[in-house]
Amino acid sequence: MIVLDGVHKRFGPGGAAALAGVDLRIARGEVFGIIGRSGAGKSTLVRLLNGLERPTGGRVVVDGTDVAALDAAGLRALRARVGMVFQSFGLLSSATAAANIALPLRVARLPAAAVAARVTELLGLVGLTDHADKYPAQLSGGQKQRVGIARALATRPEVLLCDEATSALDPETTREVLALIAALNRDLGLTIVLITHEIDVVRQVCDRVAVLATGRVVENGPVADVVLDPQHAETRALLADAGEAATTALRFAGEVVRFTMHGAEVAAPVISRVARATGTDISILDGRIGALRDTPYGQLTLGLAGGDVAAARALLAAHGRVA
Amino acid sequence: MTGLLANIDWGDIAAATRDTLAMLAGSLLLTIIIGLPLGVALFLTAPRQAWASRAVHGVLSVVVNVLRSLPFIILLIVLIPVTLALVGTSLGVVGAIVPLVAGAAPFFARLVETALREVDRTTIEAVLATGATTRDLVLRALLPEALPGIIAAATVTAIALVSYTAMAGAVGAGGLGDLAIRYGYQRFQTDVMVVTVVLLIALVQLLQMLGDRLVRRFSRR
Ligand SMILES: Nc1ncnc2c1ncn2[C@@H]1O[C@H](COP(=O)(O)OP(=O)(O)O)[C@@H](O)[C@H]1O
Ligand SMILES: [Mg+2]
Repeated sequence: MIVLDGVHKRFGPGGAAALAGVDLRIARGEVFGIIGRSGAGKSTLVRLLNGLERPTGGRVVVDGTDVAALDAAGLRALRARVGMVFQSFGLLSSATAAANIALPLRVARLPAAAVAARVTELLGLVGLTDHADKYPAQLSGGQKQRVGIARALATRPEVLLCDEATSALDPETTREVLALIAALNRDLGLTIVLITHEIDVVRQVCDRVAVLATGRVVENGPVADVVLDPQHAETRALLADAGEAATTALRFAGEVVRFTMHGAEVAAPVISRVARATGTDISILDGRIGALRDTPYGQLTLGLAGGDVAAARALLAAHGRVA
Repeated sequence: MTGLLANIDWGDIAAATRDTLAMLAGSLLLTIIIGLPLGVALFLTAPRQAWASRAVHGVLSVVVNVLRSLPFIILLIVLIPVTLALVGTSLGVVGAIVPLVAGAAPFFARLVETALREVDRTTIEAVLATGATTRDLVLRALLPEALPGIIAAATVTAIALVSYTAMAGAVGAGGLGDLAIRYGYQRFQTDVMVVTVVLLIALVQLLQMLGDRLVRRFSRR
């Protein structure tokens, strides 16, 4: 659906490169996360996908069209097929929720009756039917972002770009908006590119993720692989930011292993079985049980002491990954 | 009778007030018709905007700055030949409108440009991201979003025009300024001066109140 080939972006001659050779493939119908610290080039990358920014090198192909090669009319046609949602919403403060949602339809020169019908439908889709005539200043952050999402979906795009769509929202509202985004992906088959600096957002909705650091993709793959078995220091640092560092492990006088389970295994009494079978005492030093999208996972730092430690390791490895 | 308002000819005052209002209305209308597109053009040709062009922006900027840097009284005199060529007379309400607009339109255009710059950058991008043309952007986003600012700009401009009309009075435009200078100043009829000044103050107050009310009516932030 989306292909980036050796994409470079430099702002102004002599400026530092915001993107320095990015290759990415995003498949139709997936939720693709792009995570990185502030200034990594995430916004620049996503803005290339609807031509708000032009690459200074490489190719950006969206649904078969080379974005950089489009003329003004071609670009407008592409933008009708690619919706975008922003961190600070970008709503017209002078227009009601309904009028904001109607904007792309008016821009597309739809007849008034068709605009009205579609707006009603969209208000229902994002759960704002009762707020149609409110101005953005009268809406909460979560409601504003729902208006932003409805506006982005108005012209029935195939791709939805979300640039830090939940970064201005509280945790509860973030979960609601992410649930809405996941539902849109599931129900409408929308391809979603989701920019974030929070690993929790990736865990909750993404299928695959790319880690961006100073304009380069340093790690890229299914969320389970990247989150549960990070290879690059930047990814580990992002995970550590979210409180994933096993510090207690340092003070354990015995063998310390990192044990990762993914899927149905998480509910099984693996640790007590291993302890019973091998006579090894197992201490849980750090850990997290959660979900990657809808699949449960557990990641524990275990201290092994006494009994047959080697057998305990081997048995654990039969139920998950041991490192 | 040598009463308090002995020198006042209320008929003259009424006629002068009518002339002032006519000059104000005519010049304000034309100022908005010319200044609004000029302000939009100044905004759109600025760096990183839809029609970004250093050359066009530079030329527009210089024209606007030159017209704004001339004191209005000088503009009045300098423009006499232009006015004659355009409307056939440099006198009366009609003759005053050309220099009034030449003085006020660049001023208004700058204020419009400033009001448009206040429009949230993300909002502009969000509108462009829907596939909007520049025309859509201007008509459906920039002008509605900047409307309170543009109304405030029109108010400030209208008040500046009131003072310009009084100056224009000095070179034969008529109106309250003319009355104040001919009777109040040159013939020492202080009461005429006082009445015209009071009327001018009332007019400015009225404009400000009207402007403020409209700004509040259209503010949604
Ligand atoms: N319009 C611009 N002009 C100049 N530099 C820019 C511009 N936009 C972004 N940059 C620079 O590009 C880099 C990446 O920015 P951005 O893509 O916004 O990062 P992120 O979204 O990951 O925080 C930053 O160093 C930023 O300063
Ligand atoms: Mg960003």
